[in-house]
Amino acid sequence: MRPFDYARPADVDEALSLVGDTPGARFLGGGTNLVDLLRRGVETADLLVDVSRLPLDEIEEAADGGLRVGAGVRNSDLAHHPLVRRRYPVLSRALLSGASGQLRAMATVGGNLHQRTRCPYFTDLDAPCNKRDRGAGCAARHGASRGLAVLGTSERCAATHPSDLAVALVALDARIELASRDGVREVSADGFHVLPGETPDIETVARRDELVTAVVLPSPPPGRGDYRKVRDRASYAFALVSVAAVLDVVDGDVASVRLGLGGVGTVPWRAHRAEAHLTGSPLSDERVAEAVALELADARTTPDNAFKVELARRTAVATLRRLATPSDSTAGAIA
Amino acid sequence: MTTTPTRPRATPSTPPTAGRTDERQWVGRGVDRRDGPAKVHGDALYTADRPFPGLTHGWMVHAPHARARIVAIDTAAARAHPGVVDVVTHDNAPRMAPPPSASLLDLSSLASRSRVEYLNTDQVHYDGQPVAVVVAESLETARYAASLVRVDYEVLPATTDFRAARDTATRAKQTPAAPTVSGTKGDAVASLDASPVVVELGLTTPAHHHSAMEPHVTTAHWDGDRLTVWDPTQGIDWCRKHLARRFGVDVRQVRVLAPVIGGGFGGKGSVWAGTLLTVLAARHVERPVRMALSREAVTRTVGARTPTMQRVALGADRDGRLRSVVHEAVVRSSTVGGGSEQVVAVSTALYATPALRVGTEVVELDMLPNTFMRAPGDATGSFGLESAMDQLAHDVSLDPVELRLRNDTDRTPLHGRRFSHRRVPDLMELGSREFGWAERGPGGRRDGDRLVGHGMALAYHPALTFEAHVVLRATAAGRVVLRTSAQDMGMGIATVLAQVVADELAVPLDRVGVEYGDSDQPIAPPAGGSTQTASLTAATVRAAERLRSRVQRLGPSAAGSVLDAVRAHGQDVEVVVGHDEGLRARAGTLRWIAETLWGQRRWQRAAWGAHFCEVAVDADTGEVRVTRWVGAFDIGAVLNAKTAASQLRGGIVMGLGLALTEESVTDARTGRLVGPDLTHYHVPSHADVPEIGIHLLGDPDPTAPRGVVGAGEVGITGVGAAVANAVFDATGRRLTHLPLTPDRVLGLAPEA
Repeated sequence: MRPFDYARPADVDEALSLVGDTPGARFLGGGTNLVDLLRRGVETADLLVDVSRLPLDEIEEAADGGLRVGAGVRNSDLAHHPLVRRRYPVLSRALLSGASGQLRAMATVGGNLHQRTRCPYFTDLDAPCNKRDRGAGCAARHGASRGLAVLGTSERCAATHPSDLAVALVALDARIELASRDGVREVSADGFHVLPGETPDIETVARRDELVTAVVLPSPPPGRGDYRKVRDRASYAFALVSVAAVLDVVDGDVASVRLGLGGVGTVPWRAHRAEAHLTGSPLSDERVAEAVALELADARTTPDNAFKVELARRTAVATLRRLATPSDSTAGAIA
Repeated sequence: MTTTPTRPRATPSTPPTAGRTDERQWVGRGVDRRDGPAKVHGDALYTADRPFPGLTHGWMVHAPHARARIVAIDTAAARAHPGVVDVVTHDNAPRMAPPPSASLLDLSSLASRSRVEYLNTDQVHYDGQPVAVVVAESLETARYAASLVRVDYEVLPATTDFRAARDTATRAKQTPAAPTVSGTKGDAVASLDASPVVVELGLTTPAHHHSAMEPHVTTAHWDGDRLTVWDPTQGIDWCRKHLARRFGVDVRQVRVLAPVIGGGFGGKGSVWAGTLLTVLAARHVERPVRMALSREAVTRTVGARTPTMQRVALGADRDGRLRSVVHEAVVRSSTVGGGSEQVVAVSTALYATPALRVGTEVVELDMLPNTFMRAPGDATGSFGLESAMDQLAHDVSLDPVELRLRNDTDRTPLHGRRFSHRRVPDLMELGSREFGWAERGPGGRRDGDRLVGHGMALAYHPALTFEAHVVLRATAAGRVVLRTSAQDMGMGIATVLAQVVADELAVPLDRVGVEYGDSDQPIAPPAGGSTQTASLTAATVRAAERLRSRVQRLGPSAAGSVLDAVRAHGQDVEVVVGHDEGLRARAGTLRWIAETLWGQRRWQRAAWGAHFCEVAVDADTGEVRVTRWVGAFDIGAVLNAKTAASQLRGGIVMGLGLALTEESVTDARTGRLVGPDLTHYHVPSHADVPEIGIHLLGDPDPTAPRGVVGAGEVGITGVGAAVANAVFDATGRRLTHLPLTPDRVLGLAPEA
């Protein structure tokens, strides 16, 4: 791999200074994605600033019943935290459905939000890719496109966002805390990732010198939650389609519903349109199917990935049906 | 019937098979593998782990075009990078002799599947072909410097789309002693047309990668014209001879060592670019070179299992008796090597039929040559035949087991040769009973959100033996040592041979040593085609006979056991089976050819099996989970209940990958693999694998030495069909395109 320097700052301020002062510097979390990409020459760095040992590994209860999760918390620690399991089962399940036990034990919350697409053309340096090299073209759209996104795509890029965690976070209205030498700001998880548009190389609102320091979870939404991930093998595979859902039914009507979709979007997808269609009405398979159809009305598909539209509908229907069935004690609980 | 019940995740040792005589106390037992503790503890030194003084590291530069001519290579930036020793290209590489043409008289001529003259040519014949090797003081330096090499290509027109090139296919010719790719008996088409019941399926299977845990790696060291190569090859002798020929040195000057191998499955059966170029680079830089391939480099330079397009048509009476079987396959090969595959051979072995027609067509593309992968042809062809048989059972309202009983045969349906040993009805009875097939209930039962179904299929793999040489020595110090250049990829050959020696000489197992994995030992055949155990057992038994007779001639001291006699004699006694060199070696080869051809005329020897499985299909999402598996097998005599069950279980796990998850995707526009890594190529995870019950008949094949047939490959055959048949039972959908991913199960994938 291309030679680079490595620094292990003593505190957050030093980390921010190092990256702020050094063009070509990058933050390094668990390294489960970035190191692979550096090896393959897909990403480059002159300096890696290792933030994985900074004191960003706390999970604290907030006064409003929410949680503040340090960006350095490992995915497995977050998934198994008692408060997360109890209050945010959708989040715990999303985490546990991702990667493998070994990877979850390394990967950090902050790093997860910055992970790159697994579009195979993105890592093929001999194939044109607008995400890797703005304006180079896209080999994927007319190539092997089964894994591509169907929502939020542009002419330039349809690469799928791979995160499971982020799908749960957008459904939970989480906020992302960003720090730089200029100070600290918060953005919504739903607004953290940006659509590819003309600039697929830009994936988040975070500037290069901004570090994700925490994820702030508001108090959990009412109802029961679940994360359902459909994939090509039983474990250790990226989603074909995933659904993060929290459903509250009162007197037979949907009082509130949160719906996030994974595997279908260029960004973790909050299904606002579907939620609006469901809220205030009785829940039925047909109603959910209509809602998902509304959400996916703008889907742009290829013959190879067109199945995702139908699979998303089916998965959402099945997930909400289970959440609405009180006798089903497994939904919302962690196995 | 003798059965060896073996449990999944076996207990440390399973009881010996019944019917054993007292003096044979080790063969058959589930003895733990000798290499097990070292591997579990991390003490085993794989090729990439082995320290080597003065070592340099190589990294390949791959061509990004399927056909091209190299106009110029600029290596200046790479050479200037600190730590780079040199960059080897066709401009400066030493010359190699071209690969030899194939000859039955010298099987090592089959060592290369590719005719490309790597780094000795400016021609690019497939995407991924190595065009330069960077040698550096560290692996990471070599890897980075490889990215600095600039190659200008004249891009040439290429044919890389298997489906689009379907019409360019040529028919594979049947040659004697080769696996079956074509043949006819009667008028199969007319019989089909005249049959009251006809089943016809069009099926496809994708390319597969071996995905051994240990990627390919070679360490090469030249000392003058003496060459030492560490390489986890499945064929030490073939590798040695091939290297000697390519580099123009005497074969006695080449030593190949493969003491520890992390899986092969056929992918390490041939000499591929990585091995050759490590040796070439070492010769050029005059230092030891190691090239440890990345997963991407493995998949771009080591051949894969061909994708197949198949058509299976069965004609039958209303009672299910076959009148006609037609099985046609199209396989993908290369303009620079590879070849046909015996996809249709299974249809010439499993069922009685008065009319039969099988044929194979080969499409040659500008792509990396295809190669052997566990049960070549039979793994994919059995998906075709056994899916069609399941459909026929459904169409004539017969239990799939009953249909197979009605069409059982004791002769090969194509040539009418007798099977040396075939107990398929017993296997189906054993498997049915252990599975509870009769109690399975109707298909499509709902279990929550899941639809439950059951399926079965037969397994079949033809058996061969090769010539094998061993040296057996009884020492005055009270040990027996067997030496052979055999390869242990993890299947336990050393353990099994020790058991054979212990019983043949009636000595304790812990007194028997087995030395292997080194071309300085007598020549053993490659580990491939489920031949190694049977071949080496035959040689070992002969060696033990000779040793016993030598010991008997020692005189008065010969009264006691072999070890006592040799100890009393005061000097080691050694016997040799087989000759590695000279006229007697040639005579041995001729004898093997004659015996093989003669044997094939009299009988067909094979390993058999019957799979039974249960699946649960998510009615909403189309996800298939295999929830139960029972396999009943007839692999002849069982030498080691544990390692045999492990081979079969491993074959089934690999078959689950074939059925459900594994698919190597090529971009048809460029001929380049899409996602050449384990992120995109899905081998089964633990969660995809249920408990697998393995049950063995344990019945020796009367025509094979010590009754041994071979177990490495039969396990994977039939698995794809068993799963697809269970999915049919659960959902009513006959799925004919593998793997059975959710989009295909839901009928949402574009039809292949």
